[in-house]
Amino acid sequence: MTTLAETVSDSVVITKRNLIKVKRVPDLIVFATLSPIMFVVLFRYIFGGAINLPPGISYAEFLLPGIFAQTVVFGSTVTGASIAEDLQKGLIDRFRSLPMSRSAVLIGRTVADLGLNVISITVMALTGLAVGWRINSSIGEAIGGFLVLLVFAFAISWLMALVGLLVRTPEVVNNASFIVIFPLTFASNAFVPLESFPAPLRAFAEWNPVSTVVQAARELFGNVPAGVPVPDVWSLQNPALYTVLWTVAILVVFVPLAVRAYLRTASR
Amino acid sequence: MTDAVVVEGLVKRFGENTALGGVDLTVSEGTVLGLLGPNGAGKTTVVRILSTLLQPDAGRAEVVGLDVGTQADQVRAMIGLTGQYAAVDEYLTGHENLEMVGRLYRLGKREAKARAGQLLERFDLADAAHRPAKTYSGGMRRRLDIAASLIARPRVLFLDEPTTGLDPRSRLGMWEFIADLVSDGTTILLTTQYLEEADRLADRMVVIDRGKVIARGTADELKAQVGGERLELTVGTVEQLVVVTDALRPLAHGELHADRQTRRLSVPVTGGTDTLAEALRRLAGTSAQVLDIGLRRPDLDDVFLTLTGRSAEDADTTTDAEDSATVSAGAQS
Repeated sequence: MTTLAETVSDSVVITKRNLIKVKRVPDLIVFATLSPIMFVVLFRYIFGGAINLPPGISYAEFLLPGIFAQTVVFGSTVTGASIAEDLQKGLIDRFRSLPMSRSAVLIGRTVADLGLNVISITVMALTGLAVGWRINSSIGEAIGGFLVLLVFAFAISWLMALVGLLVRTPEVVNNASFIVIFPLTFASNAFVPLESFPAPLRAFAEWNPVSTVVQAARELFGNVPAGVPVPDVWSLQNPALYTVLWTVAILVVFVPLAVRAYLRTASR
Repeated sequence: MTDAVVVEGLVKRFGENTALGGVDLTVSEGTVLGLLGPNGAGKTTVVRILSTLLQPDAGRAEVVGLDVGTQADQVRAMIGLTGQYAAVDEYLTGHENLEMVGRLYRLGKREAKARAGQLLERFDLADAAHRPAKTYSGGMRRRLDIAASLIARPRVLFLDEPTTGLDPRSRLGMWEFIADLVSDGTTILLTTQYLEEADRLADRMVVIDRGKVIARGTADELKAQVGGERLELTVGTVEQLVVVTDALRPLAHGELHADRQTRRLSVPVTGGTDTLAEALRRLAGTSAQVLDIGLRRPDLDDVFLTLTGRSAEDADTTTDAEDSATVSAGAQS
């Protein structure tokens, strides 16, 4: 049996290994920084004039929490592709033949991808400030806003880890996750207010955890104008709680499933 | 001598397909066992079970007295595995790769670094130590991979086709490194499709085909199963072939084989070079023009051919049974 200390130490070794890759592969840095900048600028100036918002809020303030959420959720798909790549290259076999902790490879992977998301979100926040986004709340609340985003993305990372272990081909993982993540982030309140959605789609979006992540972040950053009513559904009335429930549920289900898949997997 | 690896009645099925149908083998401490067979014979499955990556469906598999199923963690601390892919992280440098694996074997930070340095030196990678493994050649990656599996001084090393895909020069280099390990006393289980490789490196061999052991023993014992040495010579014309056949018939221990097409004569003999000298004397008394002559000991290709009716190289490409029969018949004539 491995002790907790050994698991932590092994996970640190693996996290370090994964972060070295981020440093050495320029594409990853580009993905983690340039594309969020592009999203912020494009959406801000292309949709900014076309979307009707309640008075008292700029599109930049409405948009940034949405872009944060979309970017970190997409960012967590990296986990699946990276695990599939390690499997293909035989690295998972090597790790599994070592006397190391059984969960450290997945912990090290998801923690490193969390680190990547921290980089993205920092770059986006700075870009946001440049195009008119502001934090209108206390520092504590603002930190809470970033934490909600990152922790939700961390949970999605574990789901993607399982997908990577089962699908085994990085390209397929990317395409498959795109098919799921794209509608999930767009059928939400991330870019447009839910009022403009047709009824069935609106009901889906109201209970979509991505919407509540965005709503929670907006509230914590102070990007919800005073006096604007929030849709009368429990999820959006209690977005932080609803998001935390989802996050815990995803972790409780997918951490054990991913570890089990890791233990049973074999590259051929 | 104690056995470092014991495998008894090992069975592994993948759905309908029986990869191992009851394999027995042992590897004595400090020796090299060559596990031979064509692609799909089950070699890798044996290695994957012994290195705790796969659970067997039946049978016993022990490494240094530890059961690979119930004592997997202890087994992992005792073994090194070099799989078929050169499992190195190409974004890390050679040194970082080794240090990482050392840390995961629970060596201290300082020891992991020191061992990494020693092994890079030993495997001729010191100059490339601080370059990402991405920039390494195929041979360098394999060497780094083997170095990684040695970092915690394993008692048993599994080398799964360590030279597959390498060019001939890198292969020779790899053989020297492996031979070095053997002289250090590491117990090695080596799988290979190359009979020459097993002949060079292994003390004993187990030949498997379609998940079953079809032969075992030392290289010499296996070769003895196919028969002894042969005197082979080529002459200038078909007429001369008849002349030399008559001249050498008294030396033959068994049936001579003359191939008119290649003007080649093959004579089963005993007595080694004395017989060769005698043959030369007899040939000098004829008018035949001998283009080349030599004694040939059977190699493992002959062994495989005799045991399975297929040559080792054909076995993985030929799926049609009739096809392989034709191929082997052609090769034997």
